[in-house]
Amino acid sequence: MAGKFFFIDTTRCMACRGCQVACKQWNKLPADKTKQYGTYQNPPDLNGNTYRLVRFEEHPSKENSVAWYFFTEACRHCLKPPCKIKADQIKKDAIVVNDFGAVLYTEKTKDLEKSFKTIKQACPWSIPTWSKKHKQLTKCHMCADRVAAGLLPVCSKACPTGALNFGDEAEMKKLANERLAAAKKKFGGKGEVLDLEDVRALYLIIDEQSKYRPVA
Amino acid sequence: MTNHWIDIRNSDCILIMGSNAAENHPISMKWVGKATENGATLISVDPRFTRTSSKADIYAPMRSGTDIAFLGGMMNYILTNKKYHKEYAANYTNASFILGPKYDFKDGLFAGFDPKKKKYDKSVWAFERDKNGIPKRDLTLKDPRCVFQLMKKHYARYTPEKVSAITGTPVKDLKRVWGPYAKTGAVDKTGTVMYAMGWTQHTVGVQNIRMMAMIQLILGNMGRPGGGVNALRGESNVQGSTDHCLLFHIWPGYLGTPKASLPTLAAYNKKNTPKTNDPLSANWWQHKPKYMASFLKSMFGQAATAKNDFGYSWMPKLDDGVAYSWLDLFDEMYKGTIKGFFAWGQNPACSGANANKTRKAFANLDWMVNVNLFDNETASFWKGPGMNPEEIKTEVFFLPCATSVEKEGSITNSGRWSQWRYQAAKPPRGCKPDGQIMVELFEKIRKLYKAGGAYPEPILNMRWDFVKNGKYDAHAVAKLINGYFEKDTTVKGKSFKKGTLVPSFAYLKDDGSTSSANWLYCHSYTEKGNMAARRSKKDPTGMGLYPEWSWCWPVNRRIIYNRASVDLNGKPWSKNKNILEYKNGKWVGDVPDGGWPPMVNEAKTRRPFIMKPDGVGSVFGPGRVDGPFPEHYEPIECPIEKNLMSGTYTNPVAPIYATDADVYKTCDPRFPFVATTYRVSEHWQTGVLSRWQPWLLETMPQLFVELSKELAKLRGINNGEMCKVSSARGEVEAVAMVTGRFKPMMVAGQTIHQIGLPWCFGWVHPEDGGDSANLLTPSTGDPNTRIPETKAFMVNLEKSGKRR
Repeated sequence: MAGKFFFIDTTRCMACRGCQVACKQWNKLPADKTKQYGTYQNPPDLNGNTYRLVRFEEHPSKENSVAWYFFTEACRHCLKPPCKIKADQIKKDAIVVNDFGAVLYTEKTKDLEKSFKTIKQACPWSIPTWSKKHKQLTKCHMCADRVAAGLLPVCSKACPTGALNFGDEAEMKKLANERLAAAKKKFGGKGEVLDLEDVRALYLIIDEQSKYRPVA
Repeated sequence: MTNHWIDIRNSDCILIMGSNAAENHPISMKWVGKATENGATLISVDPRFTRTSSKADIYAPMRSGTDIAFLGGMMNYILTNKKYHKEYAANYTNASFILGPKYDFKDGLFAGFDPKKKKYDKSVWAFERDKNGIPKRDLTLKDPRCVFQLMKKHYARYTPEKVSAITGTPVKDLKRVWGPYAKTGAVDKTGTVMYAMGWTQHTVGVQNIRMMAMIQLILGNMGRPGGGVNALRGESNVQGSTDHCLLFHIWPGYLGTPKASLPTLAAYNKKNTPKTNDPLSANWWQHKPKYMASFLKSMFGQAATAKNDFGYSWMPKLDDGVAYSWLDLFDEMYKGTIKGFFAWGQNPACSGANANKTRKAFANLDWMVNVNLFDNETASFWKGPGMNPEEIKTEVFFLPCATSVEKEGSITNSGRWSQWRYQAAKPPRGCKPDGQIMVELFEKIRKLYKAGGAYPEPILNMRWDFVKNGKYDAHAVAKLINGYFEKDTTVKGKSFKKGTLVPSFAYLKDDGSTSSANWLYCHSYTEKGNMAARRSKKDPTGMGLYPEWSWCWPVNRRIIYNRASVDLNGKPWSKNKNILEYKNGKWVGDVPDGGWPPMVNEAKTRRPFIMKPDGVGSVFGPGRVDGPFPEHYEPIECPIEKNLMSGTYTNPVAPIYATDADVYKTCDPRFPFVATTYRVSEHWQTGVLSRWQPWLLETMPQLFVELSKELAKLRGINNGEMCKVSSARGEVEAVAMVTGRFKPMMVAGQTIHQIGLPWCFGWVHPEDGGDSANLLTPSTGDPNTRIPETKAFMVNLEKSGKRR
């Protein structure tokens, strides 16, 4: 199968949380008991029960009162995953990459509990989490079973506005270029696609990266 | 909606005001997105910067409850800068009509106001008519007594500076909105408005919408693709419920419920059937007697005959001058006059304004039946906060029901599209579809009435031939809604056999030979089949009409008033806005709003607004109880001492209630902040369904109150801290969400603070979730619809020192 990519156009996201909840539903992940701590973002961070999280960041803005950025975050499925590189030093192929590029945490990661923190820190975005339920490393698995069957990952399927796209590399990169050009036109030249050479989850943003998510 | 969801993509300028569409109608943003992809401008006007605002090109803040000031200023801008479509306004609206000598307006009051009765004599707002009863017109729109000139005079008072002082919107932001929107007056551009409860839930709710309708009419946006006035309905099938008259004042198909002073069908028809002498006016409501008779035949079947007025006397009537709306219902319940209550698929303990009054009112009932999916604050009211179960005698019955996906039937969306749904899953054991519950209840009630009862005729005579073996059948009901020929008959030269389905409401008769439980839906389930179940993606015009995907009323016309989208020759005002065109002697495109030829054919044509007696759109609206032109009044609870626009402080005919539970405090230093209520994407209405859903509750676990950084500083409140929000009626504990999305506003020279809360929480579950924001809201509302004013009221906010 051709390599698969996500393309996330944050300019279309309304933070409806469809992606976050669809992921929970498909993976039958339990809900956490959360508290309202003064933001729409909940749970506060990715964890063993939450593979995709919509982040909300608010900043002052001259033009329209505030800028409110939404960032649907999950594993980037790196082309050269730092988590795998680190984990392989301890237990080879506990983390694997499949034929369409999904970075998967296998059952063998059960033996990596002691190294969990190091593996998490290896990731530029601190994505790896520990599942208390399954007692292993866990994160977004690109709905690999669905994709292998010719379906979309559920997050992408749930998205109503075309913010969260998924498909073959060529298709997604073409879409990314089109949307980047449109964004630059609309937002006075601003717009970039992050980490184009390194990851399979391409994010289009129109402001500094740190304004969308806390920098690791 | 006059238009429909997909049509939004055809717009050049989308104003989302009185709505947070991205929040509450997220799928609609798909169509908004397609419009903006093609260069459309998205404008969000809201007291708070919302998820919708985050996607808008232009955002303007506005004090809650000042929409008429904002829009009146827009009207003034349009008129002053001549951005209106003059030919459209002159020919298709009543802008050219001359007003009678009695019409006047002074200091916030229209002529005809009786201060003792607190009521207007609407006859004072009548048009000048010629000896044939046809309204006099000045098509040049110059006559000082014509609607256009009087409107100009009325809104000349809404200067940018005055509007800014009332709304708190800086003048530059007013112009940032008015400018782009007014551009849609050009023929090759159309603008649309997406609105919802932010406009309706005010004492001036109807006038808010009237104001926008007037703007759309003079800009020439009505009946056109990407135009119209689009209400985003708050539930997936509330359009269906209003179509089928789940409101006290209407029978299905928007027939007015008869008043007690009209003892016969003839008297009703005489009073309620509009007349016109204008040969160019279709005056479609002239057919009302056919729809009334057909409705009664659907109610009483064989028992309904011409001799007994088709059973008219068996239908309940409204006492003259009495309102039976939600607010009135709970007022009577609170006073102890109502003893039994079906709370069917609702949670009034959390959804109605002044929730404390509602909860206390329940304790006066002898019995309550709650039909719902989960336990809720209504069914369990008797063990709620402040309630002593030992003192409450109400017997509560809980009937668990099926969800929408567990039963078959139709849902009518905001765009009037009736879409048939199949049963996707079986309901859990013991849960029944609402229709089945109704069938079983009614059959038992009827059995009891066979042995006596106060007035058995209506119950025993009710038509029941569509129910077989005690089983509810959605198809059988849908067919009766469409209607049948009740005997062999010939209509319009065609012969029909008894028991066959009527093809459309054009074939309904007033002589008892036809039945139709809702004339608007006559055409939806015919001998051709269940039109609502169609799923064809054909789109011949390419404008997104999809005429064979489901079915819409009336007669599958997708854009209402579409004959206003063409000029007098039947050609679209602009080639790029073509959903209907008169070509070679016939209409091509959408179902035309009447098949008559274009206006140039004076012998055979009809004016495009066929539901109005004069055939034109109402720029001047003489039918509303609070005035023919919208006028800014302050909400019943507001932050300033005077109405800057006139000497009339609030809507002079807004309903106010007088029990000890009805307390209103305006401009009171104890309640210094403007509050509003709203929804969130993650919860559904009162949360009665969604709070029990762990994945949703995880995203929004507890009641919060959004406030500005400046107000937080003023009150020493930190983000995430527990607060108490209180009004004259009640209080709630909420977590502070300090945000830049609310900002202080300059109103009438004072700094005004606004706060907001979602109303999706209730004490039943989760225990630490918080209670309903409607404990704060006031029992007052719009005088036309009596929808409560839950969007603008006054509160206090302070730290509570408690833990979350």
